[in-house]
Amino acid sequence: MKWIYTSQRKEYANALIELGKTRTDVVVLDADLSSSTRTAEFAKNFPERFFNCGIAEQNMMGTAAGLAASGKVVFASTFAVFATGRCWDQIRQSIAYPNLDVKIVATHAGITVGGDGASHQALEDIGLMRSLPNMTVIVPADGIEAYKAVNAVVNHNGPCYVRLGRADVPMLTSVDAKFEIGKATVLREGDDITLVGCGQMVAACMDAAEELHKRGVEAEVINMSTIKPFDEDTLLHSVKKTSAVVTAEEHSVTTGLGSAVAAVLGEKLPSPMKMIGTPDCFGESGESEELMRRYGLTSERVALAAEEVIRRKK
Amino acid sequence: MTLYDDKTIQLLESKANLIRRHVIKMTFAAQSGHPGGSLSYADILSALYFQVMDHRPEDPLWEDRDRLVLSKGHAAPAYYAALAESGYIPMDDLINLRKLGSHLQGHPCRQKTPGVEMSTGSLGQGLSVANGMALAAKLDRRPSRIFCLCGDGEMGEGQNWEAAMLGSHYKLDNVTAFIDRNMMQIDGPTENVMSLEPLADKWRAFGWNVLEINGHDMRQILDACDKTSKVKGKPSMIIAHTVKGKGVSFMEGAVAFHGKAPNPDEYRVALKELGESI
Ligand SMILES: Cc1ncc(C[n+]2csc(CCOP(=O)(O)OP(=O)(O)O)c2C)c(N)n1
Ligand SMILES: [Mg+2]
Repeated sequence: MKWIYTSQRKEYANALIELGKTRTDVVVLDADLSSSTRTAEFAKNFPERFFNCGIAEQNMMGTAAGLAASGKVVFASTFAVFATGRCWDQIRQSIAYPNLDVKIVATHAGITVGGDGASHQALEDIGLMRSLPNMTVIVPADGIEAYKAVNAVVNHNGPCYVRLGRADVPMLTSVDAKFEIGKATVLREGDDITLVGCGQMVAACMDAAEELHKRGVEAEVINMSTIKPFDEDTLLHSVKKTSAVVTAEEHSVTTGLGSAVAAVLGEKLPSPMKMIGTPDCFGESGESEELMRRYGLTSERVALAAEEVIRRKK
Repeated sequence: MTLYDDKTIQLLESKANLIRRHVIKMTFAAQSGHPGGSLSYADILSALYFQVMDHRPEDPLWEDRDRLVLSKGHAAPAYYAALAESGYIPMDDLINLRKLGSHLQGHPCRQKTPGVEMSTGSLGQGLSVANGMALAAKLDRRPSRIFCLCGDGEMGEGQNWEAAMLGSHYKLDNVTAFIDRNMMQIDGPTENVMSLEPLADKWRAFGWNVLEINGHDMRQILDACDKTSKVKGKPSMIIAHTVKGKGVSFMEGAVAFHGKAPNPDEYRVALKELGESI
């Protein structure tokens, strides 16, 4: 499909600025990347409620915890790789365990970081965050969902992780579609296979479904924008009908969406399945689109996987 | 103090200039990468690779070599240029910076590039690694000196201060670290984003031998490295006062060129200012 591409980061900034006007309890922290994460736009509008912590992610998370323990709703932003891995213990001990209102909105997640290479490409962040009790994990499919996710987490009790990309992503959802934490949405119905995606891979699933349709295969597409708490009902309802699943994520399949889906199905509804995502490896430098192709994060690969899984159905 | 003749100084200065030209060409070809922080430490790199460090580009894993950890890994373009000018990697590879399949990753990768001692890119980790290398050299009774290059914004990371304690606790006098004190990080001047001063006093308080130099003055860089080689019982920190983007007028002191490649017009002007006509 010909998609219109928009920026998730821009929507994050828009949402933050609006929140800043109505919610005086909202405080924003960043770690020397405010121009990239776009929290700089909040800082410009509400300088007294923005604190740049410098290049010190662990300290930023601890500071966020203290603010949250004193009644503030804190947004803490930096690149996904530093927002999760660098300060995982601070998040675990000072934010997740005491169940505090810190909303980690991380940008530059995934392989589409591009030229910066492996050191900056977070392919483990979903896993790191979903392994923490109390943590909510959201991977918006597009800019519109990014905007809605920010507005949802601000009213949600407890710590949240929102994963955004660097590159512009296809505009997939509509402005008036309902967004609810913990609720997946069925974007296309079909009986032959379930395609479950998150982030920009949902668009790849939609493209794959279109291609499969031309080949006589009807795919159901689920946008699993909340990874945790996981919407088992929507998944199981669909797989009962289709008996076959392909997952797609811009993340390592070892700990991400695919693993979450496999865990549910393995216990409750074992079904032929294939996971599209990065294997157990680090990324590398390259252009975003080249890298998506190199790691098989394309609609073609989703469609191929769907056909393979359908052949395995009994 | 060793006295360096004018010829040596000139040679090192011309190597620094070559490194700067490479940085411009590489980031232009990649249309990404970090010119500002690369240009600011080009002189230090030149001094280390072409005078101070005892190393063998033809035998990169020679055990007794001096080692350098680039803690500010985003400044990889200048680093790769120094490695190429030293003979670790083919000069022709430089233009493939950040390209898919190239061994020249956006941030240094130890497995991919000969001469790279440590994979870096997540700031604040290099000094600990340098300490580890220094401990190993002491254990093995090797003469290796361990150098580490840090950014000033990078000093925000608490791990640096953990490394500061370990370095002096274990009397790692084989460590000489630099802070590229260009007064800038991404979100602006360091003293606005997260103030560091009094920086030298902090390192002294942590038990380090501290020197402050002009990081663009070749003689001062060489003299400082000579001095730190003679210090016994404590590690050394050289605070090198530099200008981010040094050598290209419109990049000097410009936060914008921290992580932005030159456009075609800027590319031509930059190379011209560095003495190369295209
Ligand atoms: C842990 C970590 N946090 C954030 C970044 C993103 N980042 C890359 S360079 C940079 C600024 C570095 O400033 P400084 O250390 O002063 O380097 P220089 O001025 O020499 O380029 C930041 C925040 C990073 N690479 N690693
Ligand atoms: Mg700096």
